[in-house]
Amino acid sequence: MSTELAIETKGLVKVFGENRAVDGVDLSVPTGTVYGVLGPNGAGKTTTVKMLATLLRPDGGEARVFGKDVLKEADAVRSRVSLTGQYASVDEDLTGRENLLLLGRLLGHGKAAAKTRAAQLLEAFGLSEAADRQVKNYSGGMRRRIDIAASILNTPDLLFLDEPTTGLDPRSRNQVWDIIRAVVAQGTTVLLTTQYLDEADQLASRIAVIDHGKVIAEGTKGELKSSVGSGAVHLRLRDAHQRPEAERVLAAALGVEVLLDADPLALTARVNAQGSEQSAAEQAAKALAELARTGITVDNFALGQPSLDEVFLALTDKKGAA
Amino acid sequence: MSTATTTKSLNDADLSLEAPKTEDLAALLVSRERPPRPSALSASITFGWRAMLKIKHVPEQLFDVTAFPIMMVLMYTYLFGGALAGSTEEYIQFLLPGILTMSVVMITMYTGVAVNTDITKGVFDRFRTLPIWRPAPMVGYLLGDVIRYLLASLVMLTVGMIIGYRPDGGIGGVLLGVLVLLVFAFSFSWVWTMFGLLLRSEKSVMGVSMMVIFPLTFLSNVFVDPKTMPGWLQAFVNNSPVTHVATAVRDLMAGEWPAADIAWSLGWSALFVVIFGSLTMRLYNRK
Repeated sequence: MSTELAIETKGLVKVFGENRAVDGVDLSVPTGTVYGVLGPNGAGKTTTVKMLATLLRPDGGEARVFGKDVLKEADAVRSRVSLTGQYASVDEDLTGRENLLLLGRLLGHGKAAAKTRAAQLLEAFGLSEAADRQVKNYSGGMRRRIDIAASILNTPDLLFLDEPTTGLDPRSRNQVWDIIRAVVAQGTTVLLTTQYLDEADQLASRIAVIDHGKVIAEGTKGELKSSVGSGAVHLRLRDAHQRPEAERVLAAALGVEVLLDADPLALTARVNAQGSEQSAAEQAAKALAELARTGITVDNFALGQPSLDEVFLALTDKKGAA
Repeated sequence: MSTATTTKSLNDADLSLEAPKTEDLAALLVSRERPPRPSALSASITFGWRAMLKIKHVPEQLFDVTAFPIMMVLMYTYLFGGALAGSTEEYIQFLLPGILTMSVVMITMYTGVAVNTDITKGVFDRFRTLPIWRPAPMVGYLLGDVIRYLLASLVMLTVGMIIGYRPDGGIGGVLLGVLVLLVFAFSFSWVWTMFGLLLRSEKSVMGVSMMVIFPLTFLSNVFVDPKTMPGWLQAFVNNSPVTHVATAVRDLMAGEWPAADIAWSLGWSALFVVIFGSLTMRLYNRK
């Protein structure tokens, strides 16, 4: 296996009783990028991360981090990675500063060096004011920040971020995103798991979509999006009687199946820009013009990105059909 | 005016409005240098320091090493003293080293509960991803606990002295006795770290602990000389580690040198570390 990859797994398997939580996952994560692992709850994202971070033993397949086997060379892996879990991976009874001092000492820093580093990190993460309060009294966003600060006491070569923004308010989420961007800009590879397409979209350069323990799609953001269609057009008509006609016109203009919503006035169509010279917006505009020409009045119109639901439905549909 | 400013900035922190400074952060990330990994001893001591910090923040947890031992000394001295030895002053000379042993051995079971509650939290995952000597977090717990045992011993000896305990061994004998007890308690605690990792809930850890600790401590020579016990019970009591430790502590504090019981106590200690220490580490690595 190549050592240029930050992570390489082949047929990784983890079984809990009857449940094959991770069922043959192959990943190749190049160094210096944010790699997104996207999937719903229980898809096997956390289990995969735990195996890669040497916390769980794989039941099958192999996994290497910077060319080192996670089982046989666990210590070599541990010295280059950091993990920020879904829940705060710091001691909630201790203060923010004490947590950083503790971990600094455990990473081999002397007392003075650990103190300096802790103070610098607290400052950079905007936690100086809260440094001497117990972490259990921190807000969700502050916890997440102290958690990430603890992960970069020594700049890791690979940082695992397991759903770092789940449960955060938009402002805190943006702060975490800024931190992740800063970390990657300095050359650290980040493996980011998330349930939000938006988040993967914002941060990741490559994305693997996981469901039921399997990778069901993998590629750059562009590849992934175009594979499920570039977006969805939502239409609302003025007159319900015109819907069958509108459905026919849309299907002809876009070349896709049109879905009829429960609302008798609404229709939805997936716009696919893959292999087309026209962008999704251009196609949608053309379809609208076509509707207007036929005398159908459209009251309301929206072109949205595919939601995570749509990505999943599309991917699982495709897999089922193949 | 200045008060108002302080209040405001504290509130800001409460609302987590203080934004991270990504430029400072970038500067901190530039260095890729890693200090050498800490020695096994240094890592363990750092985890022991963590235990001390937890006591500092949650001092209520010292209740079981202060109030509980005082209760044990007073209760058993005045309950049994007159009946078993004629007077409480007589009895406490015999009882105190034993009840000290019993209480400290009983307190060790909180280690299992602490381990069990800790592993359910995320911080345990972080410790396990650190490139450090693997048993360090466990040894750290136990080092922290040794401080608790020491505190319990101090409290009990003080109460004992107040109500009439007069050790013939003097300070030296008492210190040696406490030392033997601490070594045993440290070693015996590995039983609890194992259960803490093995069992699923705090409640089940408590349940199992009680099942082990009550027979083990009561079926000993802590309260009475085993001579009046039936033969089969004597066989158990005379070979119980708690009996050996209690005898060693009692004789050392009385100014004697119980070589055989010291040897037995240390032998049992070594056995506990070897067996339950390795079982603990097996579970820890597999968790």
